[in-house]
Amino acid sequence: MSKPEFVYVTYIETTPDKLWQALTSSEFSKAYWFGTELRSDWRVGSPFALVMDGTTSDVGEILEYDPPRRLSYTFQHILRAEFRNERPTKVVFTLEPHGKFVKLTLTHEGFDGVPELLNAISNGWPAILSSLKSLLETGTALAIPLSALGTKGL
Amino acid sequence: MDITKFKPATVYTIYIASTPEQVWEALTSAEFSRQYFFGNTVEIEQKVGGSYIVRQPDGALHISGEVAECDPPRRLTFTFNVNWPDLIEKLGPTLVSYEIEPTGDAVRLTMTESHVRVLSDDILEGGRQGWPAILSSLKSVLETGKPLHVKMGPPTKMLAALKELGIKVP
Repeated sequence: MSKPEFVYVTYIETTPDKLWQALTSSEFSKAYWFGTELRSDWRVGSPFALVMDGTTSDVGEILEYDPPRRLSYTFQHILRAEFRNERPTKVVFTLEPHGKFVKLTLTHEGFDGVPELLNAISNGWPAILSSLKSLLETGTALAIPLSALGTKGL
Repeated sequence: MDITKFKPATVYTIYIASTPEQVWEALTSAEFSRQYFFGNTVEIEQKVGGSYIVRQPDGALHISGEVAECDPPRRLTFTFNVNWPDLIEKLGPTLVSYEIEPTGDAVRLTMTESHVRVLSDDILEGGRQGWPAILSSLKSVLETGKPLHVKMGPPTKMLAALKELGIKVP
């Protein structure tokens, strides 16, 4: 198996069930993921899409759905011309109870030869997951506009 | 100090609902650090050439270093050498840099750990396990007033790799 090219770990004061819900529900994702909706019926093999303001930005397929432990999907950006023809990449979320907290590990891999895509992803995930942590711990997501990240984001 | 010879090995970015001044305070104050840094305390002289020290809960010296860049509340860079015999001789010094930037209504904190030699992933495991826990807890302290007391097993791969190099580990 190839080595994941992006790994991000954070610890969140919540339960695995609540974190799972936040990772799979548009109601939550709209708050912490720059207004993005997650569209899927969450069955292995089903389609997956990210929709922002009514426009689909990324499409993929559910690879693993094992609540509240492991979630994986593929991811292909379809808006920006320079990324549209690249192969799908793979995202895996692992949730581990850690005392009163949950350790969330995200790995994202498959950027063979597309460092710009890896850069955009590396800029986006820390903001998204920091905002998710704030939402679950304080009830309020972070107010970070996508434009502030120094990338168009994905 | 010539910091250009250090090459980044681990980068961790986290966004915090706070101000750059409060993030700076959290990174540099003994009182704050005790809450989020596994009970350790940071003591720092905020000037280039000043000392950077981390003490364990019992007061024992854990990490010592020297401040290389100090530009509150934007940038703080210091050497970060764990106080284990032979560690610095075998691995060379470690450099840690914090960059603090306002981003939207939040603050982006980027921690970069750099080394002068190319170190194995096993040796880098210690920092890669520790920083996400430390900085996740720092974020919680600033946003909720409560730290996360993350209990973590020892970085076994790192300890084994250091032992192999003949470094005495606790």
